[in-house]
Amino acid sequence: MEHRQWDWDIGKKKIADFHQWRDLYKQVQEPVVSPDGETLAAVVEVEDMVFSVCENGKLWENTFDRIWYPRFGPNSRLAALVSTEAAWTVATADCPWEAVFDFVWDPRFSACGGHISAAAQNEGQYNAVTDGVAWNASYPSLSGLAMANDGTKTAAVVQTVPFNSGDIFQFQEGCYSAAVNGKPWEHNFLNLWELNFSPDGRSLAAEARTTLYDYTIVVDGMPWPASFESVWKPVFHPADGSVTAPVRKSGKWFLAKNGAIIWEKPFLQLWHHQYSRDGRCIAAIVAPAFGKWTVAVDSRPWSLHFSDLVTDLAISPDGNRVACVGCTDGRWAVAVDNRCWNDRFDMVWQPVFSPDSRHVAAKVEKQGRFFILVNGRPLKQTFSELWDPVFSPDSTRLMVRGIEDQNSGHYCRYVFQLSDLV
Amino acid sequence: MMHELYGFLRGPMLWVALLVFFGGSGYRVAAMWRLARKKDAVIFNYSSGYYALRSIFHWLLPFGSRNMRNHPVMTVVAFVFHICLFLVPLFLSAHIILIKESWNVSWPWLPDHAADAMTWMVVAGCGFFAARRIIQPDVRYLTSTSDYLILAAIAVPFVSGTWAFHQWPAFPAATLVHMASAEILLMIIPFTRLSHMLFFPFTRGYMGSEFGAVRKARDW
Amino acid sequence: MTKSLPTDLAVIPDKGVDGAAARLTPERVARVIQILLAEEGGARLKVYTETCVHCGLCSEACHFYLSNDKDPRFAPAAKVKQTLDPMIRKNGRVSVDFMKKACEIAFTECNLCRRCVMYCPFGIDISYLMLFVRRICHRLGMVPQYIQDTAHSHSATLNQMWVKEDEWIDTLQWQEDEARDEIPDLRIPLEKQGADVMYSVIGPEPKFRAQLIYQAAVIMHAAGVDWTMPATPGWDNSDMCMYTGDSEMMARLKKVHFETAMRLKTKRIVMGECGHAFRSVYDVGNRHLGWKMPPLPMVHAIEFYYELFRDGKLSLAKKYDVPLTLHDPCNVVRGRGLHEMARFVIHKTCTTFIEMHPNREHNYCCGAGGGVINCGPPYAKKRVEGNRVKADQLAAAKAKGARVIIAPCHNCHGGLEDIVKYYELDMEIKFLGDIIYECIEKGEVDS
Repeated sequence: MEHRQWDWDIGKKKIADFHQWRDLYKQVQEPVVSPDGETLAAVVEVEDMVFSVCENGKLWENTFDRIWYPRFGPNSRLAALVSTEAAWTVATADCPWEAVFDFVWDPRFSACGGHISAAAQNEGQYNAVTDGVAWNASYPSLSGLAMANDGTKTAAVVQTVPFNSGDIFQFQEGCYSAAVNGKPWEHNFLNLWELNFSPDGRSLAAEARTTLYDYTIVVDGMPWPASFESVWKPVFHPADGSVTAPVRKSGKWFLAKNGAIIWEKPFLQLWHHQYSRDGRCIAAIVAPAFGKWTVAVDSRPWSLHFSDLVTDLAISPDGNRVACVGCTDGRWAVAVDNRCWNDRFDMVWQPVFSPDSRHVAAKVEKQGRFFILVNGRPLKQTFSELWDPVFSPDSTRLMVRGIEDQNSGHYCRYVFQLSDLV
Repeated sequence: MMHELYGFLRGPMLWVALLVFFGGSGYRVAAMWRLARKKDAVIFNYSSGYYALRSIFHWLLPFGSRNMRNHPVMTVVAFVFHICLFLVPLFLSAHIILIKESWNVSWPWLPDHAADAMTWMVVAGCGFFAARRIIQPDVRYLTSTSDYLILAAIAVPFVSGTWAFHQWPAFPAATLVHMASAEILLMIIPFTRLSHMLFFPFTRGYMGSEFGAVRKARDW
Repeated sequence: MTKSLPTDLAVIPDKGVDGAAARLTPERVARVIQILLAEEGGARLKVYTETCVHCGLCSEACHFYLSNDKDPRFAPAAKVKQTLDPMIRKNGRVSVDFMKKACEIAFTECNLCRRCVMYCPFGIDISYLMLFVRRICHRLGMVPQYIQDTAHSHSATLNQMWVKEDEWIDTLQWQEDEARDEIPDLRIPLEKQGADVMYSVIGPEPKFRAQLIYQAAVIMHAAGVDWTMPATPGWDNSDMCMYTGDSEMMARLKKVHFETAMRLKTKRIVMGECGHAFRSVYDVGNRHLGWKMPPLPMVHAIEFYYELFRDGKLSLAKKYDVPLTLHDPCNVVRGRGLHEMARFVIHKTCTTFIEMHPNREHNYCCGAGGGVINCGPPYAKKRVEGNRVKADQLAAAKAKGARVIIAPCHNCHGGLEDIVKYYELDMEIKFLGDIIYECIEKGEVDS
């Protein structure tokens, strides 16, 4: 496990003097930080309309007319979308792909970070490209790119049947399909959304509309036997290959598995369900009643609820604990296992569980300052920029990555002993 | 025969009429409430007492809404009509005397000449509304037979009542017609468009809540 | 005495409506109506249709009625009489030709502007009833071609104008480049996590009016707003599915829009000058999903500009000195009471303001809203002729000196442009943003 090789020594490391960058360059865009916390990077304008990437103070050798969407992969390698003279490609760690495109966007990393895919367009024809190699086939439109965990497959919704502008009846025949590595499913649909690969990458599921009124889930091109008033994103069981999705019937939402309802309890809304790692439990964001939001675990809703929204559901690695972000009357909070942490904030990011499931940490914002909560208690440092906290693999330490808000403006990486914090 | 009929209309039939009116009204409102809970549950989330009353107030106040100011004649007639329609039956000396005879309760009543005038205002109101339905093209287009029948259902008890009061020819028959038609009127209120009497506070209050509490705007 | 329906069921030819009619049987019509009445027709439908006393007090609220020489068929209550009433009375057993006419009435003779709600003593919501008719039409597959095509675009691209994912990003970057020629340090920050504001627009902005995005960027920059725009679907706040009766798709669109802001962790969403989109995000689409109010505060451009001026975030280089009037858009005035804020901004930025009458909540609709303009060319003449009263209202403002009309809504823009042209009013139509862009100091403001 790579996380183990990261530097988990207790203490603070000054990585980069981010504020100084602002003096050096005409423009410094939003910085991003590597998962291991060792690198801070930002797109910078080195001369008029000439851009590069600054990583820990060091510029990429290549410059471009435009660079955007810099993102670190899981292996802490930086990728960005770059263009020179209107030709676009992906550059990773200062190394652009050889292939160029009229446009390229929506980059995705494989789980280990070894592969990068993106959607690409050339002369009005669309396909996906992985590590610089495009699909053999291309289509008049493409959306909703998805990538299998191992990076060997990409899929997207593509238009397979041409239709003229305004030809509504042709559209209603079904003109879209999902292409996997360029090869479309046999059947066409009115619409497909939210493509999702199985964990092993062998299967692909999607939300589908088969008539103007009938929605279902399609797995590898085969629709479920039942149709519904609407559906939300399908998710594969981590192990057994079955698919579950929220479905709407008679105005209420249920959770269905392979077409049959498994959560008999109706909800006014049900979405973003997740499996625990072992597939034993399913948690979802639900509204048991109008304007009343909470989390349901295996169809049982918490008694705690929020009036505005619930978002950013997280299940602990052992599957026994669930956390989420909730908001009531515009005030944001973290809730874990049906209990709300005390304080309210201007914004809260997705809670993070420790690998042993015992601890929860989250990034929060109050009055323009960011800080970390661990098990409900705030760390005393505040930051002007902050990234999600990371627990060490042995759950004894916590890494905090942030740009200090006092005087220095340094980007620093802290490792705390958890026992000192909680 | 006439005496028996009088007895029937004053006795059992009156009870039936009151029962149908109150029971029917209660049933209609309760059924609608239940239906709203089932199918329009969302609307309860937006009901606001303050904004509901704000809206109802502006629409119960003569010339309280722009549309009332746009149609002054209609506004005056509608208000006078509705006020008289309510006051006359409840505060007519003859009615109160009957009630006192039966149950020995009474309350102040209107002077007879005032009640008489108000009765004619109700009848005139019915005439105005009927004429409006005939003359004004948009209202004529909207009007169905039932709308005239409803006007008639209101006019008949008032005309026959005043007939009986003045003891015009054949007034005993007029009395029977009055009692029968008034009882019919009571009974049809919950089940015809006259139910606007029941639902006004709800529709107006709901719209007032949506406009006031959610949309921060006026609805008058 | 019962007035029979007009025997003349002549309808304007429309590929979508006619195509659907050719495939429909009366049995299917009856079944669909019965199902919808049973499943979705609740207390509001029942009370509204049973309480209406046919008084006709709503007639003069409607610009279609006033503009068509008070033709009784255009009175709001008459539209119910010609559509829903027979469907309910006959328990759905109406003819396909009847449905074609009902479809035309519900889609092209009512802007869902809710002006008549303010004229009905009972507060009967005719727009709710017309939307119910549209819902029936949708379930019959009988929707005018142009707006149905738009609904298809919404479903396939999650925006109104078939804008592809790359075209959207490309447009923003192009507008940023253009704007940087004027203001070198300007940015349109894409996908900025944790910004205060996500700015969302409607599909036609990137497609036809990209300069509005440019202007918005200049205003954001001048005011020092911490803002972002998404580079994914979800950027479009518009919603023709709300108007075609496709509630399920409407819900899907709103989910994507709000979840995009949640993903970006912005504290609120500011939207451009659009009315129908505001209606859909503020009190229609969110409700369908179970959110009582928008899950994140939804701020219309008028309110946002108002805040910027109130808080002194913008300073003026000059005032706009052409005499102008303001058209109050239904969906943000009757729909959100923003009329005084709009006037505040106008008084800040303009020298001569002339009210048109009636105004504020009582303003006449532009005739384009409610998806009517989106039903396309087949109905354009009917739409413009159906709003002569708006032309008269504008002409009166012009007679008092107004040369420019501010219409802080896209559909109003489209509708008013057609009216100004057809009735030869020779007035210019602007967004509030156009005026602000023209008048503010555009340099960097120290915060």
